[in-house]
Amino acid sequence: MSTPTKTRVRSASPSRRLRALSREQLPTPAIAGRSLLYAILVVLAIIYIAPFLVQVATSFKTDGDAASNPMSLVPQTWSTAAYEKLFLNSDFPVWFQNSAIVTVFVTLGRVFFNSLAGYALARLHFRGRNVIFALLIAVMSVPGVVLLIPKFLVINQLGIYDTYVGMIVPLLTDAAGVFIMKNFFESIPASVEEQARIDGAGTFRVFWSIVLPMARPALVTIIILSFQGSWNELSHFIVATQSPELTTLTKGVASLASGQLSQGTQYPLKLAAAAIMTIPVAVMFFIFQKRIMNTTDGAVKE
Amino acid sequence: MSTPARTPRRSGIRGGEAASGWLFTAPMIILLGMFLVIPVLMALWVSFSDWNGRGSPFSGTVSFVGLDNYSALVGGGGLAEQDFGTALRNNAWYVLLVVPIQTMLSLLLAVLVNRQILRGRGFFRTAFYFPSVTSSVAITVLWLFLFSASGAVNKLLAFIGINGPNWFNDPSGVLHNFLGLIGVETGPAALTGNTFLGISFWEWLAGPSVAMSAFILMAVFTTSGTFMLLFIAALQNLSGDVVEAAMMDGANGWQRFWRVTLPQLRPTLFTVLTLGLIGAWQVFDQIYTGTQGGPGKTTLTPAYLSYQAAFTNQAWGQGAAIAFILFVIIVVFTLFQRWLLAERQVSARRMRPYQPQPTSGGSK
Repeated sequence: MSTPTKTRVRSASPSRRLRALSREQLPTPAIAGRSLLYAILVVLAIIYIAPFLVQVATSFKTDGDAASNPMSLVPQTWSTAAYEKLFLNSDFPVWFQNSAIVTVFVTLGRVFFNSLAGYALARLHFRGRNVIFALLIAVMSVPGVVLLIPKFLVINQLGIYDTYVGMIVPLLTDAAGVFIMKNFFESIPASVEEQARIDGAGTFRVFWSIVLPMARPALVTIIILSFQGSWNELSHFIVATQSPELTTLTKGVASLASGQLSQGTQYPLKLAAAAIMTIPVAVMFFIFQKRIMNTTDGAVKE
Repeated sequence: MSTPARTPRRSGIRGGEAASGWLFTAPMIILLGMFLVIPVLMALWVSFSDWNGRGSPFSGTVSFVGLDNYSALVGGGGLAEQDFGTALRNNAWYVLLVVPIQTMLSLLLAVLVNRQILRGRGFFRTAFYFPSVTSSVAITVLWLFLFSASGAVNKLLAFIGINGPNWFNDPSGVLHNFLGLIGVETGPAALTGNTFLGISFWEWLAGPSVAMSAFILMAVFTTSGTFMLLFIAALQNLSGDVVEAAMMDGANGWQRFWRVTLPQLRPTLFTVLTLGLIGAWQVFDQIYTGTQGGPGKTTLTPAYLSYQAAFTNQAWGQGAAIAFILFVIIVVFTLFQRWLLAERQVSARRMRPYQPQPTSGGSK
């Protein structure tokens, strides 16, 4: 009962209130409700965004400033010391390069292999298809963390431990991605490919020049997921590599966090490293924002 | 019409389909087989062996030790059992808090953001989703800073007169701390005297440590955006008819949400709970980056313990055994949840659209 009163107080001009009422047909409680909704959303948005603002601000602070003013969004004295140290006096560029290499290959591999397998499972009729699909579902339910030791065992056994091959090849396909592609291919009409088939195109040709171009929405989903997945991957690289030349950003920054390369806390340095490693996924996110926000549409709908 | 017409053609024009089918799926089969199926089988063997990490686990010097690795964990009475019990305790509290909170928060965010009349929907969605795209390592680094002894969070708490804890260095259990506030310092003998997996019942009931609570907040912060998107997609697929009908029948917003919208979201709810549960039992990156199990082993999780046992202590059999127990735990929880929600889904669906309104209105 208190809400209508509050609104009446807030919207001081009665004529404006009347106009709003007549235009939108909203009773006063609805206006109060809407203000409340905005208030809640704004507070929540601040909670979600503030940590990142603090992060960027702190990366430009001096160590002492970061320790004494952890909340301020403006450095007392602007300092790029953290970034200089990262790029000129540490392995950070190497980490970045390794992450980039792995991400590019893994993303390309997944786009190709996932769509290839997804197409076969959705469209081609062959004995054993259902068995493969059932196995795929089973494989999908294996939690990744359980695979830490197993992956190391097989990578070690194959002699690809501590190599780019060991870092990239095991990630080249993922069950969930195949599943997404299969769902997508099932949702596009078969008539187009039938036509091409009758015209005498081979299976791979039909797939490559007719079906794949039609699958762009789903492919974008795969690109986003694999880019993000391989850029942010940590555990696989922990078990697949040990040498400093093959350290990725995730592994390198994790070692920074636990105190390597630094005396004292050195928060600006760590936060600068974390901020830089966020930039590529953030850029990716803003490029494909519309698609990400409708990811499930792209993957499941028509 | 089209199906019977297409079927006979399959064998004619599509003669080479079997070959292409296998060819197309071969890379996936080989990759997943090599790096998923075979490794799991190898690790299964290792979990029954005394392999110490040197040489091949299949060489002659490695011997089969039966269930030794498993029994050391669940009844050995030694440090291994105690660590495993501690890790399970820590992770169970983590799951117990993270899964419900992130589900409720993401549903709330989705409902708020999905309002048709809302301005700046895109902005709010972006804000809530952004933490989900960042890597767990980067977020952990940020969290270590925000939750440091004189960090931003404690500064914020100081504004409202609370003396914040030294988050990542505080091993005390949250529930124990609450009990301490009302003067309960030690538990009854029935709880302190009896143990399960090497940990006294009193310790099981300690709640997440303060350090673990910071990780719990972090998990909620980073995953709620992803799940919000799932709920938004589901909300947009709902037809407005049922809600409109409920509106005509005089249901208010609260009733419409609980009695009409939420029952229709059940499949998505199941997905979110399952994904949340599976994810929450696999806490690894944060622990590896942040605390390495400390303080006082209160952020130790089975996943990290498994890694530590194998890669640090060279107890590979034990590490693999922990991983498989974790696997079983996740599968059991998922099946249990599926069973639980499936049961209700049937009855709710039967109830919802067909029952005459007065009955459902009067039933509660």
